Amino acid sequence: MIVFGLLFSLTATASDAAQAAKAVEGSAKADKLDACVAPTPFMRRNHFELIKHQRDVTVHEGIRKTDNSLAGCIDCHAAKDAHGEHVAVDADDQFCASCHAYTGVSFDCFSCHATKPTKTGN
Amino acid sequence: MSEMIDQKRRDFVSVAGKTAAATVIAPGVFLHSVANASPRAEAVTDKVRYGMLIDSSKCADGCSDCVSACDKENGLDQLIKPEGASDDLWAQQKPRWIRAVKVKDNLTGHVSSLPMMCQHCEKPPCVDVCPTGASFRRDDGIVMVDRHTCIGCRYCMMACPYKARSFIHETVQFKQTATPRGKGCVESCNFCVHRLDNGGTTTACQDACKQGAIIFGDLKDPKSALVKALSKYPSVQLRADLKLNTGVRYSGI
Repeated sequence: MIVFGLLFSLTATASDAAQAAKAVEGSAKADKLDACVAPTPFMRRNHFELIKHQRDVTVHEGIRKTDNSLAGCIDCHAAKDAHGEHVAVDADDQFCASCHAYTGVSFDCFSCHATKPTKTGN
Repeated sequence: MSEMIDQKRRDFVSVAGKTAAATVIAPGVFLHSVANASPRAEAVTDKVRYGMLIDSSKCADGCSDCVSACDKENGLDQLIKPEGASDDLWAQQKPRWIRAVKVKDNLTGHVSSLPMMCQHCEKPPCVDVCPTGASFRRDDGIVMVDRHTCIGCRYCMMACPYKARSFIHETVQFKQTATPRGKGCVESCNFCVHRLDNGGTTTACQDACKQGAIIFGDLKDPKSALVKALSKYPSVQLRADLKLNTGVRYSGI
């Protein structure tokens, strides 16, 4: 996770100066943790398998008590700006978008799902 | 002597009554503590069937408390009129999970106001026609759309006799965690499923109704307020002729 963070910080600093209201370095909950719900190398390669499986279980069986919910990802990985407001995880240079841009993989979670933690529900 | 015995009887009955009252309260408290405990960890089962009784005689004409509470709970109030769309078009196409409708008996002229939403049929026509399996009925009776597999064909909207479903025509700007929503998918009332799955026992519309016209609960639990009310008052299924066995029942129509 720390290595992962470093990768992002390198890509993030390049354009930080140009754009206002950027995320504060290390402000996401995940930045203060050693590892995600599974070891980082596993999460890098398999996070989508976890989320995809969980989405079916949650929608069809109603199971919300889980480590693998997308809402949990966003809650932990959304950084905050200088005012303490959450920054969208799919914004340029943010956790989800930066890595997906780097690997050239498009994703469609956030045409429906919230990109920041919101008050109600899971 | 007989007076003494009577007095003893009275004391006993009184104590018994209080004990009974206490046991009635205790399960309620217990349920509440469970309700707030944690999100659902086990898959839903068909031991529960969620349903609703709506007393339309308590519905005031012009009241839209349940509609606005639903809009707020499920983020429908954050949807914006598409650019270039006329007010009329938006009024017709604005996604709504509850519609406030008036029903008139043409013979007597009696008018009922009532909230109309997904009736959570046991045999839902929307599920029958869905080509991808996106429209489905959960084991606990809630009819839902799995938007991951919805292709936006709107066949279910045509099939629903209650006009309960809405289509999202435009990109959604403001999204809530509990109610994901995106362009090109159909959606409808899901009995505030995010509340139920997180230990809640009420829906937003029920909480908002000051008249107490909406009773939500488990149709299979004989102790639930819903089943008690259903056995006490006459109620009907709307379009019962279609034999869909709706989960939402109405009284006072």
